[in-house]
Amino acid sequence: MLASKLLLNCLANHDVDTIFGYPGGALLPIYESLRDSKIKHVLVRNEQAAPHYASGYARSSGKVGVCLATSGPGATNLVTGIATAYLDSIPIIAITGQVNRDLIGSDAFQEADITGATEPFVKHSYLVKKAEDIPRIINEAFHIASTGRPGPVLIDIPRDVQEETIKKVNYKEKTNLPGYKPTIVGHTGQIRRALRKIKQSKKPLIYAGGGVKLSNAEKELLEFAEKNGIPVITTLMGIGSFPEEHPLFCGVAGSHGFEHSNRILNEADLCICIGARMSDRGIFNLQHHLNNVDLIHIDIDPAEISKNINQTEIPIVGDAKTILLSLLSQKINNNYSAWLKRIEEIKEEYPLIFSECLENNKVNPKIFFKELSKITDNDATIIADVGLNQIWSALYYDIIKDRRYFTSGGLGTMGYSIPATAGAVIAAGNPADKQFFTVCGDGSFQMSMAELAIIAQNNLNMNIILFNNTKLGMVRQLQHDTYGKDHYSGTDLNFDLDFSKIAEAYGITSFEANTTEEALDAVKEAIKINGPTLIQLHVDEDFIRI
Amino acid sequence: MEHLVNNEETRCFSVLVMNNAGVLSRIAGLFARRGYNIDALTVGPTEDDSVSRITITVKGDDQIIEQIQKQLYKLIDVIKVVELEKGKSIRRELVYIKVKADNKSRANIVEICNLFRAKIVDVAPKSLVLEIVGPRSKVDAFFNMIKPFGIIEFVRSGETGLQRGLEAINFSNQIE
Repeated sequence: MLASKLLLNCLANHDVDTIFGYPGGALLPIYESLRDSKIKHVLVRNEQAAPHYASGYARSSGKVGVCLATSGPGATNLVTGIATAYLDSIPIIAITGQVNRDLIGSDAFQEADITGATEPFVKHSYLVKKAEDIPRIINEAFHIASTGRPGPVLIDIPRDVQEETIKKVNYKEKTNLPGYKPTIVGHTGQIRRALRKIKQSKKPLIYAGGGVKLSNAEKELLEFAEKNGIPVITTLMGIGSFPEEHPLFCGVAGSHGFEHSNRILNEADLCICIGARMSDRGIFNLQHHLNNVDLIHIDIDPAEISKNINQTEIPIVGDAKTILLSLLSQKINNNYSAWLKRIEEIKEEYPLIFSECLENNKVNPKIFFKELSKITDNDATIIADVGLNQIWSALYYDIIKDRRYFTSGGLGTMGYSIPATAGAVIAAGNPADKQFFTVCGDGSFQMSMAELAIIAQNNLNMNIILFNNTKLGMVRQLQHDTYGKDHYSGTDLNFDLDFSKIAEAYGITSFEANTTEEALDAVKEAIKINGPTLIQLHVDEDFIRI
Repeated sequence: MEHLVNNEETRCFSVLVMNNAGVLSRIAGLFARRGYNIDALTVGPTEDDSVSRITITVKGDDQIIEQIQKQLYKLIDVIKVVELEKGKSIRRELVYIKVKADNKSRANIVEICNLFRAKIVDVAPKSLVLEIVGPRSKVDAFFNMIKPFGIIEFVRSGETGLQRGLEAINFSNQIE
């Protein structure tokens, strides 16, 4: 059997039905074999988008997303997307073509050392030296990408390896990973200590991160919080790990989070951190405080414990779901009503502010998202880009019931949302009865505009909400906050692009709104359409994030 | 941060890794991008062909040392990381020193070498090459004694070592 065919068979055996790729000289054998493979190929318009499709696919389906690019420039175009998946712990596999084995190291045409280039932000990578290794490497790659703390794995395959013929094929080739053994079950002694600590505390707070979602522990988190009456805040990545309409929900923490959420975190005497790495953005300026409160840190990656916060009272390494189940096995029997009362006071003291820019005639994004929460389905998926659009949607769109919110939280990669949503829709089988929303700004939209072709071509049922302020709003605001008014530099897109004409060029229905009411009406119309739509909302350039 | 700097000391790790292409680059890259200081690094084979042993000497406080171990374990190719603690392990370094020597000074240098159990491995009219194996403190003391004669160049292998007694880093334990 041809190695290229063997590779595709191995992928299919791992439940891969779609790959997102772009061909090239070093991939000719694989593309030849793709012709009669049952795997569907989505021809992305720029390799830079391919890992984002795979990421959206993975986050939507819970499977491993696969992307494909040729050697040299094709491979280097994947770099940002791979780093994005690494920082958000998303299981993807990137397959790259490489020049023939005897040409490696000769600076051949379209040769780039992609395993070297991606080394800092892959969970693992392979350069395939011989075709017989393919089944083992694919088995290992899927195992590594999807277990423990998920992450991207890169497989670089020289063209002449793809062309080799293998006589005896064993798909069940055993993995050989003596150094890889993720800890799943939490240490029982530490769990006992944690329960004791929670019992002793007066003001406990759960700080839930993306790890809760990655381990599908939302139900267990809800049960644990309800059973013991412990309030919950989430990180940006943790949005969706706890229902936002719940009385125990205390908002989103971090530098772009709610004032009240950060204040609540600041008053807690015990922080139960679950599946979060306490990043600089996630804890804002509370590092000192967190170094002084009791901290129970639950994470599957031992390296995250005591990395950002030195003082971890009780570390528990393992899977969030498994550990929450252990914590649920015992009743804590404590009453935190005084603390919950105090939290209500804080919430009242620092209410959400919706009023800015109401006097002008443009869309108020905060009110828009609050109202959007009322008219969208309870299982809608919303994928935000990076910038003001991300923060508005994160804070003001209510993730309730089975709704999901995804974004590039760790790396903050602009241009993520359009390909990621398309990947998510494709993974779900482009259902007519499910709502998918892309949220982006005019800056991020233009970074992935070319991918509209895929959306139109496949008639993907998704709605792109585009906030147009002709500015790079978040950086502009940072310039304002850092240097003062009129210190804007390089953040004015300064070009009134007609986005509806772009949509029209792709045959995508578009809407335009100048007020919040018009915006909501447009959404109501758009969700009736089975297929892609673009909803352009004009926002005041000075409408700020919080 | 000040107190952290003061707590910094040199520590030594023995790391068993899969003998795969690129593993040294992964480890060197990890230290570089996380800003850990490698004092010395040596690589060699083990009794198992598929496994190599890397000995790394680093400087850092307790938190950094803990992070280094955890980050090393995150690398898929790393099988086991063991600290070679002072007192519980043998740590040695091989050093060659080329020193200026004439008829007047040669005897003095030979005498110092005898005191330190260093060897003379090359003799030339105007120079000697000295070889010494020992723990870092001994090597440093030897350097101090030789320096006044005029060191032309030297090479230090970096520390390598093993745990004392029957204890061994047995990677097959890890597989189970």
